Amino acid sequence: MSGYLDRRPPGTLAAAWLVMRKDLSIEYRTRTAFLSAVVFAVIALTVFYFAWDQSVVATSDRASGVLWVVLTFSALLGLQRSFGIEEHDRGIDALLVSPISRESIYLGKAMGNLVFLSAIQLVAIPALVLFYNLRVDRPLFIVAGIVFLTMLGIVAVGTLFSAMAVNTRLAELLLPMLSLPFFVPLLMSAAQAGARVFAGRPVAEAMPQLNIVIAFDIVFIIACTLAFPFTLEE
Amino acid sequence: MTAISLNRPTVAPAASAFDRRVVDWVLWVALASVAAVYVRAAAFTPLEAKQGAVQKLYYLHFPTALGAYIAVGITALGSIAYLWLHDERADRLAEAGAEVAAVFLVVVMSMGSIWGHVIWGTWWAWWDPRLALTLFLWFVVIAYLVLRGAIDDPGMRGRYSAVLGILGALLIPFIHLSVYFTDAHLHPMPIMFKPERPSLPSEMLITFLIAFVAFTFLTIALIRARYRLGVQRDAVLAMEEERGAA
Repeated sequence: MSGYLDRRPPGTLAAAWLVMRKDLSIEYRTRTAFLSAVVFAVIALTVFYFAWDQSVVATSDRASGVLWVVLTFSALLGLQRSFGIEEHDRGIDALLVSPISRESIYLGKAMGNLVFLSAIQLVAIPALVLFYNLRVDRPLFIVAGIVFLTMLGIVAVGTLFSAMAVNTRLAELLLPMLSLPFFVPLLMSAAQAGARVFAGRPVAEAMPQLNIVIAFDIVFIIACTLAFPFTLEE
Repeated sequence: MTAISLNRPTVAPAASAFDRRVVDWVLWVALASVAAVYVRAAAFTPLEAKQGAVQKLYYLHFPTALGAYIAVGITALGSIAYLWLHDERADRLAEAGAEVAAVFLVVVMSMGSIWGHVIWGTWWAWWDPRLALTLFLWFVVIAYLVLRGAIDDPGMRGRYSAVLGILGALLIPFIHLSVYFTDAHLHPMPIMFKPERPSLPSEMLITFLIAFVAFTFLTIALIRARYRLGVQRDAVLAMEEERGAA
């Protein structure tokens, strides 16, 4: 029987994996955040359908805009919970005293949020296709790829701000205030790339914007990982 | 890492914080020189041939934009210095910069909007990159100030806002890239900052240079005043805490 004390603390990525599994199994058992985010996504899709005059703007033209709005706000719903769940019973203290690096807490949380957000999009995008009568073809899959790249950036910044927001007086109110200014350049570039692909133009035409999205992901994943230890209580 | 010092002021606050006035001669001189710019621009600078009187907003609009950038830069540098040195003076400097930037950016946008209404025929145009750029930058500055207001503990406020200040500085190139998506623009191409001579008549150029100096001076004077106000606020808070503890 291998003794409990003989075990070595896991490396950064292994520890991040454990943190992610912990968060996802909490979410899997309760499903509260997932269900509320999915319900939000479907309701938003419905409301946006009636927001424009059908005879003026074609449904396929609206779909692209709706996609990004739903992505942004369902992301905020998930991100809020990310560090919110650690506040009850001071779960964050248990994470901090565990023999894992602070970067791995951040990476684990971010990976958990990415899985969570991907799961919502796996419901939201098919619902969009259904409600807006989109064709399931190559452009749609490319747009789904752009959505995934955008989620990386959203999750990188949002996870850090989630950790900061829970410790402030405004708590969950602050997260959108902090995150949305950072999401704007990312979403603008992603939405423009997506609009071009949706319009059936070649991917090469969307590349300048797509490069901004990819550069954003790289810069902010690194920067937020390095910044995260500063947001923890000493 | 020095764990304890993070939540404690590194410089002991003292009653001497009140020896230095917040509004002193520096601020008055700065305000007077800005007033002089108004007089010079209104009365002693020729009218622009095509645009008429509204072009005089140039002497206000462009120098405040530069002032806002100086203030944003001070916030970014203060944030880096705070995370590095844990010196509360750097935090106060960053705070002062952000507050001045927030005000200057509003001045830039509102003056620009009035000018645009007359010359471009629109109060706001999304497809001009510089408008979007200024607005998005302002969003980040406001987020920074709201974050500061939402935290009571000075050590935590310093660390959190420094993190946001640095990330905000990293965001600026991305805002830049994301808004320059077309070649379409309403703003003229550089008139001042280009390899050749600035293409302004010399009277206008002189007025602009005076305005540039005056507004840069005002930016620094306001940041200095706001910094001193921060010193006094912290001293008052420390005294209250002392009284509470006694």
